[in-house]
Amino acid sequence: MAEALNTQLEGRQAVVDAMADHAAVRAILQWNAAALTDAQVDRGELSLTITPDQLVAATEAIRAAGYNYFEDMTAVDWFPSSPRFQLSYHFVSHALKERIRLRAFVDGESPTIASVTPAWPAANYFEREVFDLFGIRFDGHPNLRRILMPDEWQGYPLRKDYPVEGYR
Amino acid sequence: MPETIGTPILAAPPATGSAEQHMVINMGPQHPATHGVLRLVLELDGEIIVRLYPEIGYLHTGIEKTCEAKFYQQVVPLTDRVNYLDPLANNLCYALAVEKLLQLEIPEKGQWLRVLLAELSRLNSHLIWLGTHAMDIGALTVFLYTFREREEILRMFEALAGQRMMTSYIRVGGVTMEPPLDFFSRVQQFIDILPEKIDEYSNLLTGNPIFRNRLIGVGIISGADAAALGVSGPPLRASGVDFDLRRDMPYSSYEKFQFNVPVSTASDCWARYEVRMLEMRESIKIIQQALDGMPTGPVKADAPKVVLPDREKMKTQMEALIHHFKIVTEGFNVPKGEVYQGIECGHGQMGYHVVSDGSAKPYRVHMRYPSFATLQALEAMCKGRMIADVVAVIGSIDIVLGEIDR
Repeated sequence: MAEALNTQLEGRQAVVDAMADHAAVRAILQWNAAALTDAQVDRGELSLTITPDQLVAATEAIRAAGYNYFEDMTAVDWFPSSPRFQLSYHFVSHALKERIRLRAFVDGESPTIASVTPAWPAANYFEREVFDLFGIRFDGHPNLRRILMPDEWQGYPLRKDYPVEGYR
Repeated sequence: MPETIGTPILAAPPATGSAEQHMVINMGPQHPATHGVLRLVLELDGEIIVRLYPEIGYLHTGIEKTCEAKFYQQVVPLTDRVNYLDPLANNLCYALAVEKLLQLEIPEKGQWLRVLLAELSRLNSHLIWLGTHAMDIGALTVFLYTFREREEILRMFEALAGQRMMTSYIRVGGVTMEPPLDFFSRVQQFIDILPEKIDEYSNLLTGNPIFRNRLIGVGIISGADAAALGVSGPPLRASGVDFDLRRDMPYSSYEKFQFNVPVSTASDCWARYEVRMLEMRESIKIIQQALDGMPTGPVKADAPKVVLPDREKMKTQMEALIHHFKIVTEGFNVPKGEVYQGIECGHGQMGYHVVSDGSAKPYRVHMRYPSFATLQALEAMCKGRMIADVVAVIGSIDIVLGEIDR
């Protein structure tokens, strides 16, 4: 398991072949192999790309595999390519002492994805931050309001088409 | 898990009970016990907290956006300013993330020096926590004592990096330069006297009936709830979850050090106090091991295209001068990729998520700071308690608003 993490693996098939016994990969394949669209092992980190509509169920599947701690989530704006936004979720297993990353891609000016907050209360502030700074909406979030910027702020500062300096 | 978590009090219907008797009051952002500019909206039934809603963002400066416009090496000074009480941990976490992207090996002495400095920085952070926490409770003396020792740490940082708080000493590829000649003997002197000083703080607080009554049984949260709400570091370990990144997912050669991870199952403010007090003693142990076994050799990686050359080399060698000029004016390109580097800082699990598109500027830098996540558990810890307990709980989870708002 640890050895496979030291090699570079690109693409779903390569990861599935080399790491079928990895706790998270096995859990995802058993739960819904079709939802896993891409996978990668890069610099010792495992990333699994999940179709956005299946993301919440995927987090539940890896929780059952032992990844019990929601560590972090954020977005990356790949403007002007499509799909535009990449969401990266990081989970840690206190028992396995391992971290994995789930990715989901969403597209459009005002994208929406299901919120993981009902399943992972720790995601609350992180999703609000992504909403605040990227303008991605999270369906089912208990309180999707701006968190860092003022409530009346216009625009989403961390988007790539939002200037770093000068007037908007 | 309280179902109302995250619902603003002013926008939501009142909680159960005789709602017309409830009062909504505002605490902060200029309240001295909120450690900066934290604003809490409290719904009270008499003096009992029914709901609590943190309102943050008063210190937001858009550091993550600024990083995208800087070269990789120019981001290092920005990281100091996020958690300004634990500056070297910020530097370390960022440097480790970029080094992972570059797949750069740091010489052994560089790694050990980083461990030593990260632990000194943790002591700095814990000393401030102890002083301010005790001050919030009303024990003003301890603050003066802990800041005396913290001053010595800051003086050592100044000798090391030329700066007391914004050190920027740990950089991509190693550390800035060799530490000054008397640095290690100074650290040795400091850790020789520190255990006595910790006994002194302990004498002032541990047996103090007021301090005990204010902390024991206050702010209880179970380990499962704490982990679910994103709590990490000493508050999580005080709730019985035995997890420390230094031991469990080691970085920067922490696996070569022997230390214990203090854990308590009491889950209250007192447990957090005890865990941090023990952690300070463990940090001293780690620093002692680092001093005893400090390897010899360079402190920077042999990567002329990434690491700035030494000053003498730059002035005498053509190659070094060219590299210096290139790094300063054009930065260095980092291969495409996405990495996440987590470390254990004074407050809990810090993480840097760096995405590179192959250019000399980071495409995206996301900072996961422990206080931001831990703040989500504040309501669960304070619910049903008196308003004065909020002050004790905020002190016990040790927040820094700089890292919450970034």
